Amino acid sequence: MIPEIGNIALLLALALAVIQGTLPIVGAARGNATWMSLARPAAEGQFVFIVLAFGSLIYLFVTNDFSVGYVAANSNSSLPLRYRVAAVWGGHEGSLLLWTTILSAWTFAVTRFSRGLPSEMLARVLGVMGLISTGFLSFMLLLSNPFVRLLPPAMDGRDLNPQLQDLGMIFHPPVLYMGYVGFSVAFAFAIAALLGGKLDAAWARWSRPWTTVAWMFLTLGIALGSGWAYYMLGWGGWWFWDAVENASLMPWLVGTALMHSLAVTEKRGSFKTWTVLLAILAFSLSLMGTFLVRSGILTSVHAFATDPKRGIFILGFLGVVCGGSLILFVWRSPKVGLGGKFELLSRETLLLCNNLLLLVATAVVFLGTLYPLFLDALKLGKVSVGPPYFETVFVPVIVPALVLMAIGPMIRWKQANLAELARKLMPSGIVSLALALLPPLFLGNWSGKVSMGIFLAAWIATLTVADLRSKIRSHGAGVPGAKLASLSRSYYGMLLAHLGVAVFVIGVTLVKGYETVKDVRMDIDDTVTVDAYIFTFKGAEQVRGPNYVAERGLMEVNKDGKRVATLRPEKRLYTASRMPMTEAAIDVGLLRDLYVSLGNPITTSGAWEVRIYYKPFVDWIWGGCILMALGGLLAASDRRYRMRWRHRVEFDKTERNALIAASQVAIVEAQR
Amino acid sequence: MRRGVLLLVLFAVLMGFFAVGLTLNPREVPSPLIGKPAPVFSLPRLDGAVQTFAPQDMLGQVWLLNVWASWCAPCRQEHSLLVELSKTRLVPILGLDYKDQRNDGLEWLHEAGDPYTLSVSDIQGRVSVDYGVYGVPETFVIDKKGIIRFKQIGVITQEILQTTILPLVKELNG
Amino acid sequence: MAKLFALAFLAAMAFSAQAKDAVPIASDPALEQRLNKLTENLRCLVCQNQSIADSNAGLAVDLKNQVREMMVQGQSDQQIADFMVQRYGDFVLFRPPVKTSTWLLWFGPLLLLLAGGAGLLRKIVRQRKSASDVQLDDTVHKRVQVLLEAVKKEETV
Repeated sequence: MIPEIGNIALLLALALAVIQGTLPIVGAARGNATWMSLARPAAEGQFVFIVLAFGSLIYLFVTNDFSVGYVAANSNSSLPLRYRVAAVWGGHEGSLLLWTTILSAWTFAVTRFSRGLPSEMLARVLGVMGLISTGFLSFMLLLSNPFVRLLPPAMDGRDLNPQLQDLGMIFHPPVLYMGYVGFSVAFAFAIAALLGGKLDAAWARWSRPWTTVAWMFLTLGIALGSGWAYYMLGWGGWWFWDAVENASLMPWLVGTALMHSLAVTEKRGSFKTWTVLLAILAFSLSLMGTFLVRSGILTSVHAFATDPKRGIFILGFLGVVCGGSLILFVWRSPKVGLGGKFELLSRETLLLCNNLLLLVATAVVFLGTLYPLFLDALKLGKVSVGPPYFETVFVPVIVPALVLMAIGPMIRWKQANLAELARKLMPSGIVSLALALLPPLFLGNWSGKVSMGIFLAAWIATLTVADLRSKIRSHGAGVPGAKLASLSRSYYGMLLAHLGVAVFVIGVTLVKGYETVKDVRMDIDDTVTVDAYIFTFKGAEQVRGPNYVAERGLMEVNKDGKRVATLRPEKRLYTASRMPMTEAAIDVGLLRDLYVSLGNPITTSGAWEVRIYYKPFVDWIWGGCILMALGGLLAASDRRYRMRWRHRVEFDKTERNALIAASQVAIVEAQR
Repeated sequence: MRRGVLLLVLFAVLMGFFAVGLTLNPREVPSPLIGKPAPVFSLPRLDGAVQTFAPQDMLGQVWLLNVWASWCAPCRQEHSLLVELSKTRLVPILGLDYKDQRNDGLEWLHEAGDPYTLSVSDIQGRVSVDYGVYGVPETFVIDKKGIIRFKQIGVITQEILQTTILPLVKELNG
Repeated sequence: MAKLFALAFLAAMAFSAQAKDAVPIASDPALEQRLNKLTENLRCLVCQNQSIADSNAGLAVDLKNQVREMMVQGQSDQQIADFMVQRYGDFVLFRPPVKTSTWLLWFGPLLLLLAGGAGLLRKIVRQRKSASDVQLDDTVHKRVQVLLEAVKKEETV
């Protein structure tokens, strides 16, 4: 019963998606108000049905309905409840339904938060999102239906892959998809602007919070994936330049460029065409990521089970969406240049450089991920492109971007003064250089890479704080507290996000520069000293989990004579799938992680092979990402996005010129 | 405008690559040994005969070197095909027993039939590494001069046998 | 006498129960570190996207042992890498070799950066000349003042 309900819900959702995707857009072109007004209810109805379908699938998993093939393939009766829910998106079909549900949720949000949008724009935005939804729903119903029955029903399921039976599986895919799918909103706005032929600063103001929130989710999603890999895989790695990781990094990089480009378009009316192109590119990369992961075209630890027909469908969909938008772009993008005038030394130029560097960085990831495919297709041999390539080529592109990022808030719009700028940058430069060179020399452990990392982080942090101080001081007399309150959330968001980047850089630099590992054989009561910590092994005992048996080791950690942590690493064997798993034990600390994992038992004496890592500052990696995401949240909740759009006024030329001139003066004033 | 058209062209090219990509297998490792002499080795024979075998012993003939193991499930799929092939005497098949205990290998051949002129025992797997073996089964076609001409990765199906291997053998035999 | 014996016995027990410093698994940790560094850059051909260092597959363990032996024999990292490439092709290296077919991979980004930078520079310089600021006459100027007052009331960034 329930699978059939789910199926029908999807069919009804598809019908509504088709309506939502066609009539409003045609209506907007023809000025047909009735057709345009169909967009909202169609989107709302679609949301209801998709949630119904998603709810049905969750119900099937929770109640262990193994008459449904997808449930039988990904779940098991002894699987704990929370993992039974997570298993809903553990395979291809379910994760597609998750994608579609989230798309529908974003669409619903657009219907709710779009009071001020002109009706043609709303109709087009919802229309585009309806078309995307049509694509995904058709894909599911034709080639990837999670509700297909299994006859005869299975006695029990094949269990969720033990590596996925974890908190990470509960949060990482939904949050990640919120980001991936969220860029569809910016995309829809861009297409709507092209269709309507009106590309102005107002469009940028509407798009910007949606883009920022999507970016925030993507940042969190990627960080969650990285953190999960870190504690689960047992050897403390957190980024592998794996094809699927790269598939999420590319939209993130372009999304970052888009956010900054939108800022310029909103404030200065410049870069319009460029911003539209970035919006199309960001979502195209999201779709391309979906294709790469599900088509079998690349090897990856994350790849879903594949089927050539599915690959063909997604490829076709990708071609239609991206190709179609590019064609629309070429045809309809306004032939305006970069917009308002600005000098070579100005914030505009800096932001353009930021965009260029981020795009080249994206190209590096793109090339590295797809090059093996390119060569293989051309019969030019088979190569592997792994971390050595990415680290060599990606880092030198990102470093200048980070240097410029710190300068951005300090440099004037339109026309900056070199002497003034140099004056502002000098103190930070000196302090950063000092911090970069002195401590490592002190510790006797100098390395160029570490110094570079410390310099960058210090550079960003000091300049960011300096900018805040100058803003507080500059606005004339007044209590500093009041000054702080008067600065916008948008500004604080930027501060926090940029500081987050500095924190991230510190984490990466210090952990790579100073982490240590020891591979030892430990008998009972043996000790190992790593850094200032003494690890004492107390043996291992057999334990029973809900769906596994394990050997659990006991490791006592002391420092300066005091107990610091008691760690219990496990080596599990999952009963249903007979898969072994290593569960590392980690003592998380602000300044370091202590990471212990069991290797193989040394049969005779109860001794074990143990691997112990000391990882300084590793949690700053994810701490930095969280700060970035918080910054994004803060910026998106800025007052001006929550203001009601008052009334639209047509301006005559004089008024228009006055407005432009006034805004230019105001900006110069604000920078003093 | 020009920039946009350039983008469209690049995009079309990318789609083309993706389409071709769908037909490829990203996990397959092509052999760099094709066209090179078969690596030399001297391994003990599986049948316990005191002699060893070296590829030089087969110079002057076109032959197949089939890497197999008693613990290899997919090998069973091609084994009956190999037994049939050995009966036709079209091409001698020699076996390389990969990481197997001698007894296990012998028992398996006893059970399933022995298509091999002889098999050698590569217990440690070192010789197989020399041949770039990374899974079982794999099969090499070696010509009269001892040069590797073709490597089949995975199971030999009837189709592969008829369309690729046998015609090649015929060609190499002159 | 018995007390002395008991004391001696206890002392002996204490000594035998004394924990020791754990022994590294590898007999030569420095070599092992070199081994890990090299094998981290060799692809495991059996598993999905893991290195030989990280993989537990049979072939990976065998190859790791073989590489260790080669290191002990005195072979250099380059010689060992060449050994692997001879048998498994370029695919086994995570760092793609620099040859004509990978030229675009290694130098493409740099070229893109240079081309992009040049194009950007040209565009900025050009728009500096052509785009013009708005002309201000009296009426416009007065309107500007009024607007500036309004703007000062709501300061945003």
